[in-house]
Amino acid sequence: MKKLMLATAAAALAAGGAMADVKVGMITTLSGGGASLGIDTRDGFMLAMEDANRDDVEVVIEDDQRKPDIAVQLADKMIQSEKVDVLTGIVWSNLAMAVVPAATAQGLFYLSTNAAPAQLAGKGCNSNYFSVSYQNDNLHEGAGAYATQAGFKNTFILAPNYPAGIDSLTGFKRFYEGELAGEVYTKLGQTDYAAEIAQIRASGADSVFFFLPGGMGISFLKQYADSGVDLPVVGPAFSFDQGILQAVGEAAVGVKNSSTWSKDLDNEANAAFVAAFQQKYDRLPSIYAAQGYDTANLLLSAIDKADVNDDAAFAAALKEADFASVRGEFSFAANNHPIQNVYVREVIKEGDVFTNKIVGTALEDHANAYVDACKM
Amino acid sequence: MSRETLFNAALLLGLIAVPAWAVMMDEPFTITLATRAVILALAAAGLNIALGIGGLVSLGHAVFFGIGGYAMGILAHHAQSYTPLMEWPFLIEGTKFMPVIWLLAVVVSAVAAFLIGLMSLRTTGAYFIMITLAFGQMFYYFAISWSTYGGEDGMSIYIRNDFPGLNTLVPIQFYGLCLAILVVVLIFTARLRRSPFGLALNAARQVPARVEAVGMDPMRLKLVAFVISGVITGLAGALFADLNRFVSPTMFSWQFSGEIMILVILGGVGRLFGPVAGAVTFVALEHFLGGITEFWHIFLGLILLAVVLFARGGITGLVAGKEATHD
Amino acid sequence: MSTILIIEQVLNGLQSGVMLFLMAAGLTLIFGVMGLINLAHGSLYMVGAFAAAAVAGVTGSFVLALVAALAAAALAGAVIEVAVIRRLYDSDHLDQVLATFALILIFSEGTRWVFGSFPLFLDIPDALSGPVTLPGGIQYPLYRLALIGVGLLVAFGLWLLIERTRIGIQIRAGENDREMIAALGVDISKLYTLVFALGAALAGLAGALVGAIQSVQVGMGEPVLILAFVVIVIGGIGSIKGAFIGALLVGLTDTLVGIFLPEVLKLFMDAAPATSAGSSIASMSIYILMSLVLIWRPSGLFGARA
Repeated sequence: MKKLMLATAAAALAAGGAMADVKVGMITTLSGGGASLGIDTRDGFMLAMEDANRDDVEVVIEDDQRKPDIAVQLADKMIQSEKVDVLTGIVWSNLAMAVVPAATAQGLFYLSTNAAPAQLAGKGCNSNYFSVSYQNDNLHEGAGAYATQAGFKNTFILAPNYPAGIDSLTGFKRFYEGELAGEVYTKLGQTDYAAEIAQIRASGADSVFFFLPGGMGISFLKQYADSGVDLPVVGPAFSFDQGILQAVGEAAVGVKNSSTWSKDLDNEANAAFVAAFQQKYDRLPSIYAAQGYDTANLLLSAIDKADVNDDAAFAAALKEADFASVRGEFSFAANNHPIQNVYVREVIKEGDVFTNKIVGTALEDHANAYVDACKM
Repeated sequence: MSRETLFNAALLLGLIAVPAWAVMMDEPFTITLATRAVILALAAAGLNIALGIGGLVSLGHAVFFGIGGYAMGILAHHAQSYTPLMEWPFLIEGTKFMPVIWLLAVVVSAVAAFLIGLMSLRTTGAYFIMITLAFGQMFYYFAISWSTYGGEDGMSIYIRNDFPGLNTLVPIQFYGLCLAILVVVLIFTARLRRSPFGLALNAARQVPARVEAVGMDPMRLKLVAFVISGVITGLAGALFADLNRFVSPTMFSWQFSGEIMILVILGGVGRLFGPVAGAVTFVALEHFLGGITEFWHIFLGLILLAVVLFARGGITGLVAGKEATHD
Repeated sequence: MSTILIIEQVLNGLQSGVMLFLMAAGLTLIFGVMGLINLAHGSLYMVGAFAAAAVAGVTGSFVLALVAALAAAALAGAVIEVAVIRRLYDSDHLDQVLATFALILIFSEGTRWVFGSFPLFLDIPDALSGPVTLPGGIQYPLYRLALIGVGLLVAFGLWLLIERTRIGIQIRAGENDREMIAALGVDISKLYTLVFALGAALAGLAGALVGAIQSVQVGMGEPVLILAFVVIVIGGIGSIKGAFIGALLVGLTDTLVGIFLPEVLKLFMDAAPATSAGSSIASMSIYILMSLVLIWRPSGLFGARA
């Protein structure tokens, strides 16, 4: 639970200056398994904050260890002792479900850098909750749309047996028009996929869609590449992220994945972000870093327009989304989730480094399926 | 007064003084931390009955903790969404009323502990540790795939449940409620140890043959202890869920079973206030070490190692001497 | 469902079983000889995988990586045996559980400190990559066949070591009567360090072999550790033969139930709930198996009668 303060804010305090006007609490995963995602989120967010170099924003960062009860405890601490105005940073949907409803009910703003479960987009939407990343289904919908565009007729789909996995397959099917050769739920945290790969081989499928975040995806891709089944594979960006691609290696090259961001996305803000991130941290940014960076910039844009204590005005200022997103065109749908493009990327090897390049657009100006269910 | 009694009194005084100070200084988060410590102490006090008196090394007590949590989650979920829990064969509605939630937590924990105990107590030693662990894993995987109640996402309850005469949303009032329950359970434990049942159980742990010789069934004694133990941990689970206003399958995880066991050992196995000392220390370590370094688990590990290797009898043993006072 | 698919799934179950055996053998040996429950055995698995990934990254040689995994895990095992574990032999299981739980924390965060939070890369050697066609037209990855072979070979080697060598005699004697073997002039503490390092090396080997087809990351040891415990409890703690049978049982159950149960359920209910319910029960299957075995035989299949 490392505490960080913006150097400028600390300096202002030391000089006897006024308290920072806006206090931001970041709860993210910095230790244990899954720490790489939280570290990227933090680094992207702090990069934008440091670039802005302002003395009216203070950021407090804490580590949730990927445990829901710790996340709740940290949220309590930030609300009760630190008196933050805005919370952000949670990577995982189950942790977000533990923190977000209670935080918004207490009048805080929550800006999501990643997790955006369906419950918070539909009936459970809230005018103080903004997802800057996507709605959880978006990338799976993009993959489904791509599978249709690519002419796949008989896809085999698999995901872990937990809510995000079930949402994933539902999202894929929403935009996929072909037949299903098979639909399999694997065990959460499973590391061996030999049995599923054998099923794929026997199913007569013409393509495979999978959603297996983190280490599960690494295992699946390595084993799939070695199995001799060479059907085309599609997945959401999570398994092809900069952080994990190096661990998958050759096995990932050529695989198509859906993403709302890529480092080669052609716009000014993105070029500046990628260069600055590489220079500061000496590694390529991931989608989590990009989302963290956008979240910070959105927040700063709203702080310039409205007082954080005036809920209605601040929510309106956030909703304008008046910032230069690294994802290009960006706006909010009625339920405070992004309207943005979902791209198709392909994994390539650049020198020694495995990375992605954009090869097409799966969905243009795409919102989400829950807009109508949200009554704000 | 023995040193252990003094130590226990000091602990209890601390549990009253620190939150009182926090109220005056307007530090609500300190109260939240103290509440967490008290509830974890309650969970560990439950395990301490099986472990400390009965010698049953259960690595599956998260089962009961989770059952308590889900009892709260399910009832409150139905209450806040105004949907009935079941309509057939008779109508059961959800509730936000704590005593009813506790009752459900206690009854279901008791049934689960009875069934698990019945099967597990056929084994001993390492086998017992592992079969309780296996039951924990079964519940864990079941909860993850139980989509009606959120699966891995768990369930959020927006407002803390009610207790007559209290405003449970005020941190210090909810804390007082938890502390009162802990004190009641500790008094119950102290009496239990001096009761004929407690003495027989203690004997069943040390020399089972002798207990059998006087015509008692050591298995039955252990089963009763296991059920009492599970019930207390289940009650702690319901309170823990109310503290966080959230339940999830992590309450069932084997790491959590390990954590409850750590609390007991850290504080001193079989000591009346051992769980309290252990929980307070653990929460403090978690909070302060975490503030110092991202890699705080390393130091937590080193401290635990030091306790095992150099402080047999845990913190209570360290402070109050090795002799366990069987008063 | 075709016969080919069934045979392929049985092979998959066997392969996961023999790798589990490598883990379980060390665990059961350590318990049998020293009476120690070692929760940190999964950490040694992780140490092996990380050492292999690091060495393979520098040298590009899989053989060297395996050697490094064996050496690193054996060394780590010997070090913790001398520094910590040795003091626990006379303690009850409770202290052992806590101390080795503490070791997990230290190993996991220590590894993250050294190697960072991102997963490492470890690939299978070129010579073993890709599928081969077995009689009957079954396409099966060569590397997995090699894993089955290595696992069986190690099992055989272990049997030879224990049944046919001097050290084996000492180990068996140590299981039965500690005082006697010390009285016979065997340096018991050296023997214990050796046995612990041997168990650690087997775990490290499993970590490196499996790491090549999975993800080398912090925390990779814990799920395997739990499975290995299930294995030795089913087989009877302390019994190498039991560990072998138990590992195959668990490997086959885990693989086959996960695949076939949803198919069976589809005969009785709709496809979507059948898939979901089937995989839910499948994830609990090995624990159900273990409880059934223990209720039937409280000391496992080949355990010494209590």
